[in-house]
Amino acid sequence: MSGVDLGMPSFPDAARQAVRDAQLRHNLGNATNTIRNKRAAVVGELDDWEQLRASGAAIKAHTLSNLDSYLEQFESAVTAAGGTVHWARDAAEANRIVTELVRETGETEAVKVKSMATQEIGLNEALASAGISAWETDLAELIVQLDEDRPSHILVPAIHRNRSEIREIFRREMAGSGTPAPADLTDDPVQLAEAARHHLRDKFLRARVAISGANFAVAETGGLVVVESEGNGRMCLTMPEHLISVVGIEKVVPSWRDLEVFLQLLPRSSTGERMNPYTSVLSGVTAGDGPSDFHVVLLDNGRSEALADEIGSQALRCIRCSACLNVCPVYERTGGHAYGSVYPGPIGAVLTPQLYGVESEDTASLPYASTLCGACYDVCPVAIEIPELLVHLRNRTVRERKGWFDRLTRTAMRAMGWVFGDSGRLARAQRVASLGGRLFGRRGIGRLPWPLSRWTDARDAPTPPAESFRQWWERTRTNDEDGR
Amino acid sequence: MRVALFATCLGDTLFPDAVRATLRVLERLGCEVDFPAGQTCCGQMHTNTGYHEQAVPAVRAFVSAFDGYDHVVVPSGSCVGSIRHQHGIVAEHGGDRKLAEAVGRVSPHVYELSEFLVDVLGVTDVGAYFPHRVTYHPTCHSLRMLRVGDKPRRLLRAVRGIRLIELPEAEQCCGFGGTFALKNPDVSVAMGADKTRHVRETGAEVLCAGDSSCLMHIGGLLNRQREGIRPMHLAEILASAEEER
Amino acid sequence: MNRASRDGRRAVLDSVRAALAGGERTSAESIPREYRRQRPVESPAELFRERVADYRAEVRAADSAGAPEAVLRALEHAAAGRVVLPEGLPATWAEPLAERYETFDDRPPLPTATLEGVDAVVTTCTVAIASTGTIVLDHGPGQGRRALTLLPDTHVCLVPASRIVDDVPAALAALDPGRPMTFVSGPSATSDIELERVEGVHGPRDLHVVVVDDA
Repeated sequence: MSGVDLGMPSFPDAARQAVRDAQLRHNLGNATNTIRNKRAAVVGELDDWEQLRASGAAIKAHTLSNLDSYLEQFESAVTAAGGTVHWARDAAEANRIVTELVRETGETEAVKVKSMATQEIGLNEALASAGISAWETDLAELIVQLDEDRPSHILVPAIHRNRSEIREIFRREMAGSGTPAPADLTDDPVQLAEAARHHLRDKFLRARVAISGANFAVAETGGLVVVESEGNGRMCLTMPEHLISVVGIEKVVPSWRDLEVFLQLLPRSSTGERMNPYTSVLSGVTAGDGPSDFHVVLLDNGRSEALADEIGSQALRCIRCSACLNVCPVYERTGGHAYGSVYPGPIGAVLTPQLYGVESEDTASLPYASTLCGACYDVCPVAIEIPELLVHLRNRTVRERKGWFDRLTRTAMRAMGWVFGDSGRLARAQRVASLGGRLFGRRGIGRLPWPLSRWTDARDAPTPPAESFRQWWERTRTNDEDGR
Repeated sequence: MRVALFATCLGDTLFPDAVRATLRVLERLGCEVDFPAGQTCCGQMHTNTGYHEQAVPAVRAFVSAFDGYDHVVVPSGSCVGSIRHQHGIVAEHGGDRKLAEAVGRVSPHVYELSEFLVDVLGVTDVGAYFPHRVTYHPTCHSLRMLRVGDKPRRLLRAVRGIRLIELPEAEQCCGFGGTFALKNPDVSVAMGADKTRHVRETGAEVLCAGDSSCLMHIGGLLNRQREGIRPMHLAEILASAEEER
Repeated sequence: MNRASRDGRRAVLDSVRAALAGGERTSAESIPREYRRQRPVESPAELFRERVADYRAEVRAADSAGAPEAVLRALEHAAAGRVVLPEGLPATWAEPLAERYETFDDRPPLPTATLEGVDAVVTTCTVAIASTGTIVLDHGPGQGRRALTLLPDTHVCLVPASRIVDDVPAALAALDPGRPMTFVSGPSATSDIELERVEGVHGPRDLHVVVVDDA
């Protein structure tokens, strides 16, 4: 597996730092609120949204249940259209294939379209160690790359940055990798976008190699679909002679017609637009138009393992719209970095542990990074039951982890389970609690020992009443059928 | 109508007033209420934390206590959500076919309080009187697992003397989340702080919800902040009557 | 295919098959498709114009005779001087432009540097979608290869009303999936800075649409 998320603190520790960052919370609160409202407005326009959503879910589920044959069909179609398909078991293999393909062109640089798959495998770092510069061309990815930062959102990777921070990054870093930012650059988004245009234009026109991902791969036609807004995707898919696309095996859809569902679901869910500015479709090589050398690298990297899990495999339906991030109250408070993975938010919390396992503390903490409030499921355009998956993965974590703390918690849980197995035992426990309650008086309890101090550090705890409901019922009702 | 009352472990142990209020409302509406003594807990805390196996005893106790009742009423959206959506999973996990069958038999008869009043009894005016400023927090599981919609609000609007004030960003989670509150206390409290801020903004005297668990979290924060805003379960407001003033 | 990639192929497919073993394989026919295949509107052209304008594209309407004039006005508005005209653009539209502007055809293909120096491109489209305000280019006659509508700052697109369909399903049904395609909904835009929309990043900064009533 790739090392991109090793060495991260577990979610609770990272989240503790993040919630204290007032600027971050302000930036995130504004941004998620804006995009939530936009999404709700355009989704509300379609009275058949639930039917589209049901179809989207069913198409993906159907594809996954026949994934082997659709992958082979896709491979044949790409080959027939003049492209070459490669297969990568894991991140290292995918990086090796891409590096080799770039080397064969004799080039030492490549322009990149924003792609989650290449982030997942740490492709930029792998290329850098082979002496190849990979330039991110999406505005937000550029901001993140220039700052040597990490993306914190699937759709808006620099959502944690505000305009003045971006201005500083451009002024400080652009000159180091090409056209510098203008000296009089202000923090006006129009000027910042213009600076990015100038900085990247030269790279687009010079580059002979481009690397992309894909939103959809159509088995029937071998077509790749790239959904974007800025035109950087079109630049990369059109201008260079060599195009290498790294595509997760779960991206395949059966037929061209299926796009009629996804091209409605995706833009409305992700950017809150009726349609994103640009969608490119390319099937193999077209003489006289675009790249003459085209490679697709089909990436497994843990996906086939996730596929084996009947419940967990739902996560492979994800079309990376990031609507679940934007509505998640936990994500809104912590931002994406706290999740320690390129896939943050609710979908990250169910995808990351499946791709990387739950052996490490950081991935094992992710299924618990949710209140199970269910807002993510409601907005998911392919109806992934994220809360159910979170609970399922919590169970997997409990079953697989064997550290001393895990064993201690399991013992405590078993003891409580035993109490709840019998009302007599529960009644005795309640009498102990109400006895304790009398020590505290009527007010709420302000301080309790660990682990309950994690409650009382910021919240009062209720004082156990002198009498449980059960005791009251026994006292007042059991011998007096009408009694009050 | 004969109904069984499931107090929930939290209501039974820590918030008996809310359970007594539920009982009062049901009896006022002519229900004959049983409290099956064998009841304990729905097992949600175990299941939601991933301890499916350790939740089996609670699920077993639940179905044996409530099997045979046509209507089981619960003053908690969250517990009903767990009974409806998780008891089957837990039983399946335990590999116990008989338990799974019993779950399939019992859970369709289980109702959250507002569902029971509005859907089964067909009542929105329960004859309550509560002359106070109240804001209502729709808890996540009532809202998104049970889809109770505006049933609790319809019940509250029919209460005489009440002034119901809309809670800003009402549908946002309060941050309780069961063991989330202990595993991720910082995020939980950050979310709760936003919720209490919105509650304060309404100028309400009373914060109302249909789940004692969420009220325990938000109320614990309000209490620590010395806000003087009272958390009250929906049942407690519905049980308030003029003659008791 | 070399040995390493043959191994990769077999390993991935074996792993997928192992994961699917014993599971149910659903049929494509079982997929529910109860969403609207059609969204009939009284005037698709009118809805299209409204929706394109929402993206802050410039929209004009013209009858067949008035179309050349509308294109000239769009180019004036964009202060264009050098205009590239793709092969296959109808002569009735192309000729009036040649009188007023320095025009280029793409035969043989223009070097990128020349294309960079061009201000505007005038094309037609394959199909347009009313509900989303989208124009679709399949880069056939009258539309040019993909770079032609990418590098110039201004894109003027003539949309015959007869090619406007109600919604996405009808558009996809009218397209040849084997061709390269570009779906365009407004000018290039980004919302990467504080979710504030800014037009004109890498693709054309201005999109002018002329809806031609060709009924």
